[in-house]
Amino acid sequence: MTQPRPTPSHPSASHTLAAEDLTLGYEGRVVVRELGLTVPPGRITAIVGPNACGKSTLLRGLARLLAPEAGRVLLDGEDVRALGTRRVAQVLGLLPQSPVAPEGITVADLVGRGRYPHQGWLRRWTSADDLAVAEAMEATAVVDLAARPLSELSGGQRQRVWIAMALAQRTDLLLLDEPTTYLDIAHQVEVLDLLAELNAARGTTIVMVLHDLNQAVRYADHLVAMRDGSVVASGAPADVVTAELVEDVFGLRSVVVEDPVTGDPMVVPVGRHRGPGHDRGPRP
Amino acid sequence: MSTPAAVAPGPTALVRRGRRARQVRVGVVLTVLVLVACGVSLCLGEAAVAPSDVLRALVGQADELTRFVILDLRLPRLETAVLVGACLGASGGLLQSVVRNPLASPDIVGITQAASAAGVVGMVWFSLSGVALSGLVLLGALGAALLVYALAWRSGLSGYRFVLVGIGVAAVASAVVSYVLTRSAVTDVREALVWLTGSLSGAGGDRLSVLAVASVVLLPLAWLQGPSLAQLELGDDTAAALGVGVERTRGLAVLTAVALAAFAVAAAGPVTFVALVSAPIARRLVSSGAPALVCSALVGALVVVVADAVAQFAVPGTTYPVGVVTGIVGAPYLLWLLTRTNRAGRGG
Repeated sequence: MTQPRPTPSHPSASHTLAAEDLTLGYEGRVVVRELGLTVPPGRITAIVGPNACGKSTLLRGLARLLAPEAGRVLLDGEDVRALGTRRVAQVLGLLPQSPVAPEGITVADLVGRGRYPHQGWLRRWTSADDLAVAEAMEATAVVDLAARPLSELSGGQRQRVWIAMALAQRTDLLLLDEPTTYLDIAHQVEVLDLLAELNAARGTTIVMVLHDLNQAVRYADHLVAMRDGSVVASGAPADVVTAELVEDVFGLRSVVVEDPVTGDPMVVPVGRHRGPGHDRGPRP
Repeated sequence: MSTPAAVAPGPTALVRRGRRARQVRVGVVLTVLVLVACGVSLCLGEAAVAPSDVLRALVGQADELTRFVILDLRLPRLETAVLVGACLGASGGLLQSVVRNPLASPDIVGITQAASAAGVVGMVWFSLSGVALSGLVLLGALGAALLVYALAWRSGLSGYRFVLVGIGVAAVASAVVSYVLTRSAVTDVREALVWLTGSLSGAGGDRLSVLAVASVVLLPLAWLQGPSLAQLELGDDTAAALGVGVERTRGLAVLTAVALAAFAVAAAGPVTFVALVSAPIARRLVSSGAPALVCSALVGALVVVVADAVAQFAVPGTTYPVGVVTGIVGAPYLLWLLTRTNRAGRGG
């Protein structure tokens, strides 16, 4: 790495998240097997791996959405199954890959839904809720959209609104399942920049599943590579990402070069067709 | 990223207040409409009573005959109509929200039909009435709901499967009704036949008391579930990540919806389509992206009161059961909903 990543200015993230011998599955089919993972507090962790390797399942397990078949998830050293749903939701937020927007809901109301775990039994709305919603919308630059129905927005705007909802939850830990899916490249970078800013400004611990290995290298402090429900490698992206790892995890031949922008490793797939000079002759 | 002091909650708070104000406005307008409909309905009848006399009768000051007509004949029927409508409206609102499908109404997914089957069996074979009949109807409805829930469950609840399984259960329950009716003497099933079309004639007495007690318990219970159901509409994972106990919330909502529908059916028979149409109308009026359960109940009450007035007085000399009128209005809506569901690929 040529430019050392700046350490978060607010290393205040006091909450820790870890998995111990975690086995997760659906109806007897094991998806994640005896997995151990410690999420570095105050840092950005990216989970990468081929389709169906258990990335999303791991994220659901970490957020207490899926009961482990064996092992446990520890939030601040306590088993999350022993904590209530609401207790967990006050310190740990999760944005699933495809959340559902109720018909007719406005941006402001949707962001306000993030306040649920902080409200009492009668769901009385306070000025603290108003402030949290306004801040979240400011941070994601959706204030101008406040009165618009979500259905009228573009994909990139929508994703920013969903992230605003997760921010309004004001959790120290934020888990995101492929936050860049369905977005064009400019919006992908915009969303990832937003998360990086959030991490730098508030020290929010971020764990995200990413499809794009190069984006993971660029934005993560800590990279976790998975295959068949197990962690194959983890550590600083610059130390972890090699052509061998890509071959091992994705079964893809590649060349790892230096990222011209950051100097980090950058993965360039080889593939079987379209070698050098392919544009000079007819396609095979 | 800005510091907290630089952020004004202004614009977002304004949007939220606007939405709240709209909710209140819709609620007030609907309440007024229900009251007006009730007033008109009390005036109408074989002997029309002037509005001023109706008011006097309500406070116990009119002459004896007027008091009898208003308090003993018309009011119990009207009260039943309001409560049946409110229960069906809230029931449909709960179920449609929890299944995330506008077709998931108790009269589509077999709950009303199972309640009817239990009711017919109770009336024809065991001559039950009042609390005993309500209890049996509730058991029938709960049984059907459990069956649909269990058969539609595949490590999660899919809206489409819930509706399809429900339609199957509805067919079975309707078959039970037909069986009981064809196996019994015509003279024994006359009352059951009228009840089966959804009728408010002869409403009052035991049936009304049971319904009133059930409404006092169940309607507030439904209202309290609004916020957690609103979260559940964001998807199971999102709701759970926001601190909602997903299975508990869903179970309670389905149970409440089933109980509401069952008590309404026990009181007035299966008044069709009220549960199906009320919540979508209320949601469109309120337009908050959340289940508008209070307004759903109000729309339900309005629909049944108006439909009953039409059923009684639209054709001079003939009184139809209220279910005939709600059916005439509701069936086209169902057809429209089905075509729209296919076109937009919704409802899963």
